[in-house]
Amino acid sequence: MTEFLTGVLGFILAMLGLGLVPILRGPGDADRMMAAQLIGTCGIASLLLLGAVTGVSAAVDVALTLALLATFASIAFVKKGTAFLEADGSESTENE
Amino acid sequence: MSLIFNIVTVVGVSAGAFFFLAGTVGLIRFPDTLTRLHALTKADNLGLGLVVLGVLPQAESLRGGLKLVCVWLLALLAGATVSQLIARAARRGGSSQ
Amino acid sequence: MNIALALEVVVAGVVLGVAVWTIVARDNYAAVAGFVAYGLLLALIWVRLDAVDVALTEAAISGGLGGVLLLGAAARLRATETVAAERPGIGVHLGAVVLSAGVAVALAAGVLFLPDPAPSLAPAANAAATSLGNPVTNVLMAFRAMDTLLEKVVLLLALVGVWSLASDGVWGGRPGPRHWADPRGVLAFLARLLPPIGAVVGIYLVWTGANHPGGAFQGGTILAAMWLLVIMAGLTDTPPARGRRVRLVLIAGPAVFLAVGLGGLWLGEGFLTYPVAYAKPLIVAIEIANRRFVCATRIWDRLIVSRATRTNRSRTSVSRLRSRTSCKSIHLCLAGEPSSGGPSWNAGRFILPTFRATRNIRFLKRQSLVASIRCLVCRCCAKGSLLV
Repeated sequence: MTEFLTGVLGFILAMLGLGLVPILRGPGDADRMMAAQLIGTCGIASLLLLGAVTGVSAAVDVALTLALLATFASIAFVKKGTAFLEADGSESTENE
Repeated sequence: MSLIFNIVTVVGVSAGAFFFLAGTVGLIRFPDTLTRLHALTKADNLGLGLVVLGVLPQAESLRGGLKLVCVWLLALLAGATVSQLIARAARRGGSSQ
Repeated sequence: MNIALALEVVVAGVVLGVAVWTIVARDNYAAVAGFVAYGLLLALIWVRLDAVDVALTEAAISGGLGGVLLLGAAARLRATETVAAERPGIGVHLGAVVLSAGVAVALAAGVLFLPDPAPSLAPAANAAATSLGNPVTNVLMAFRAMDTLLEKVVLLLALVGVWSLASDGVWGGRPGPRHWADPRGVLAFLARLLPPIGAVVGIYLVWTGANHPGGAFQGGTILAAMWLLVIMAGLTDTPPARGRRVRLVLIAGPAVFLAVGLGGLWLGEGFLTYPVAYAKPLIVAIEIANRRFVCATRIWDRLIVSRATRTNRSRTSVSRLRSRTSCKSIHLCLAGEPSSGGPSWNAGRFILPTFRATRNIRFLKRQSLVASIRCLVCRCCAKGSLLV
């Protein structure tokens, strides 16, 4: 069981590495925003598996922190550090 | 009983890993930003959900299991809203070029 | 090859790759993305090394808040990126490489050649002298409490220093412009839904820091991130520096710590000792006071970034001036190309070459002002038909 979980953990980390390559090089800022999101999700999965493999139950706390802060980082990327959020406003059509 | 738990873990984690693979391959191979975003969110929802489902039987207590489900729900919420923002930013960025 | 070893090699490879990419990336925005990825992966490594407190701090600081700070700076510096003359020369690069390699070798030597058994507080900390289960909190709050107290005071002094960097006109004011986002949009929705959850997680981390990995620092950082999220969605504004409540919160952290320490002089055995029966409640009280303190200083850290990037204003480039004017004909004028019939282009043809020859910033600013006035006049006259 431990070997199997470790193997899957390595696989997910390899996926993370693979997914980083075209995105970090990708043109446009949307690709980098997606990179932050992907790293967050893969990181959470890796932490949960790592917690199960090594028996460190506090790894779930780290995964919780990561979930919150990866969101925060993604939003910061979308805002691109400016005070005005371009990706909102007149484009939203839900209430029409 | 522990045999059933082990089977659930193996099946859940394998399926989750498969969806992570699908998401990553989609990210690399899809041509457009919006389609890549679509592939990314599959890894987020299904991949992480199945991994959590697989790790649940290995949790030590009910509290640990509840924390795991909370992590998944939080990642779902985050993924859904952030992909909306990214998609709008991509569409706006594309239309202004 | 053991599968665990193979896993560690994979992780190390990915981390090194991301680190190299972060250094090599030309665009600031891309480099910040790489840095955030690097931080999140490092958190993984810390968990593998069984240092979960450090992993929490790494995820919180470099993953979340560090990324936001650097992005703010990168956004302000984006206009100056096109100036190629500003890149540092080969000597600076070589010096940086040598220095980094030297530090890495020294650290590796320190870790690999530790004496056996290594000197450590771990046995004493694990003996739970203060009835706390987490050895890290034991060390921070009991064995090395003086260091932690002085750290809080240093944070407070740094904050005062940052505030004093503000110019006279904005002294005591807010650190930046008010953020705006559509109140019915997605970001505002998230900023209403996520902070309560984040607040619960932050308080939980502070509470559980007594017996499990966690603590005031990590919890305070999560609370700061949630507060920043609300500010970034425009639902509230940053607190001004002259606000009494902010100042009280900031002072409360070190003050409570100091009060408890002085109380130890009377009730315990010396400064910063805790009477055995009250150790845990006292430590938790200190952590709670300092949690809000850490949270508030994180918000004000953003001021450092905004002040530091303003010094680059003296290196005005053409692209920065262009970004100030929205009139398209100005762009064409400054580029020295004939616009679609605008009368300014004849005069505008000489602006850029003269600037390049003389590097006179004032000249460029004056000419662009003149050109923009001409554009406005032409627009009014031609009713906007000729000039876009």
